[in-house]
Amino acid sequence: MPNPVDFMAPGFSSISRDFPGFLLDRPSKPASPLAKGLAIIFLVAGYSLFCWLAFSKSIENWESVYEFRITFWNGWINTIGISAAALGLSLLIGIITALARRSPFLPLRYSAAAYVETVRGLPLVVLVLFGFYGVANAVGWQDRLGVGITILSLFSGAYIAEMIRAGIESVSRSQWDSARAIGLGSFQTYRFVIFPQVTRQILPPLAGQFSSIIKDSSLLYIIGIPELTFAANQVNSATYSTFESFVPLGICYLALTLPVSLWTKWIERRMRYET
Amino acid sequence: MNISLDGVVKAFGGQRVLDSVNWQACFEHTLALVGPSGGGKSTLMRLLAGLDTPDEGRVLIDGLELPRDENALRAYRCGTGIVFQSFNLFPHLSALENIILPLVHVHGVERVRAREIASSHLERFRLEGQGHKQPALLSGGQRQRVAIARALAHNPKILLLDEPTSALDPEMTSEVLDLIGELRDAGQWIILVTHEMGFARHTADLVAFVDKGGILESAPASEFFASPVKVETRRFLEKILKY
Ligand SMILES: Nc1ncnc2c1ncn2[C@@H]1O[C@H](COP(=O)(O)OP(=O)(O)OP(=O)(O)O)[C@@H](O)[C@H]1O
Ligand SMILES: [Mg+2]
Repeated sequence: MPNPVDFMAPGFSSISRDFPGFLLDRPSKPASPLAKGLAIIFLVAGYSLFCWLAFSKSIENWESVYEFRITFWNGWINTIGISAAALGLSLLIGIITALARRSPFLPLRYSAAAYVETVRGLPLVVLVLFGFYGVANAVGWQDRLGVGITILSLFSGAYIAEMIRAGIESVSRSQWDSARAIGLGSFQTYRFVIFPQVTRQILPPLAGQFSSIIKDSSLLYIIGIPELTFAANQVNSATYSTFESFVPLGICYLALTLPVSLWTKWIERRMRYET
Repeated sequence: MNISLDGVVKAFGGQRVLDSVNWQACFEHTLALVGPSGGGKSTLMRLLAGLDTPDEGRVLIDGLELPRDENALRAYRCGTGIVFQSFNLFPHLSALENIILPLVHVHGVERVRAREIASSHLERFRLEGQGHKQPALLSGGQRQRVAIARALAHNPKILLLDEPTSALDPEMTSEVLDLIGELRDAGQWIILVTHEMGFARHTADLVAFVDKGGILESAPASEFFASPVKVETRRFLEKILKY
């Protein structure tokens, strides 16, 4: 067998060494279940050991935190409720805004554009503070929960509006023509032709947005809404056990966001098979 | 049927694709529009289909002026069937649902009845057993036949076809052309844009040559191909019939 080096032009005597290839190359075959299992056991053991060494001295107060489990539970339920309400409301805001941004009526179109750009250009914390202490106070709206959900929905609605707008624009010109050609009106066109296609396309990013809403709702603690983060904070001040208060906090959020994330992956996979 | 264009102008950003076209045509069943790419066939087709309105002038079909108002125009479109080059069908609906949708929501047919009509049209076009499939799962020829079935399901007066076969391979092309031929023989009024000269010669009653901002020449099919008058037409036919 000829040596590959024999075919090389003089001066190129060796292939340059591909150092990180071991970490970056695509594996030639999928890992065996045994290898996966061993890797996971090894990593869990390793990380656990690290956590134990790092934190075992400072954690002893689980009992006193455990007494506040009802506080955690109520906070968690509130977080779920706020997130669900905000998802529904922001979806509505998103749809209306996306349509308004395509409206031939200029004041409507410009207002929608201004709203989206402003909200997307501001950190959520600014919106929460300004919305609550600025706007809600000025108009005498005292219901913290209502204000909080509204602010969160306005924030998330701007992002959803952009997703929907991109989705609508990705439906080809010929689909609109086809819809007009068969005699559908504009409302019917949206209902029967455009939205079904947009929905299929934006479901994965929308599921991701749901995850974001859950996490973003944590910021509402700064205006005193008794959601999960607020609850953990309370427990922390009552027990002086920071670590023991915030570990359950993280776990509670993951218990919500991980299923959503798995669900998103599932949707993405299903979409891929369908098209 | 009668078509007359009366000073029709259609421009896109200063390019006058149709430049004051005056034209009267009278034909029994089928009108074929031919001409070089970019000549304005589709533009004219969209005016005839009521998808666009002319910038100036009037379009009359059987003596009736096409309206400019979108709602009235929509009513006109309900009496036509339109098929473009490709991407006609809605990808999220099955073949059957594609046909049912306009029947139910535009023509007010009851769902059960609409389903019957849709099935019988699929059968007529030899698509039985394909109804449940989404367009992506159909061949190009099958897709266009479903599109034609949808365009015909409400018994439109006029069927407008803009290059219905140009995205298809030869076998599928003849499959679709056969179908159009059958429709013509059944007495359907058809206006079509095509690059298939042999088909135009056999099927069309009248052939019109569209180029340079207007209809340069129109004549009964046999005459049009045997003795074209205009230099442009002759050149076009020579070029297209070379192979
Ligand atoms: N919506 C539009 N915007 C801008 N220009 C357009 C538009 N529609 C058509 N045109 C222009 O008008 C001219 C005629 O186009 P048209 O589609 O009518 O040609 P055609 O005869 O159908 O060509 P083909 O055989 O390639 O389909 C072209 O130069 C095209 O660029
Ligand atoms: Mg064309």
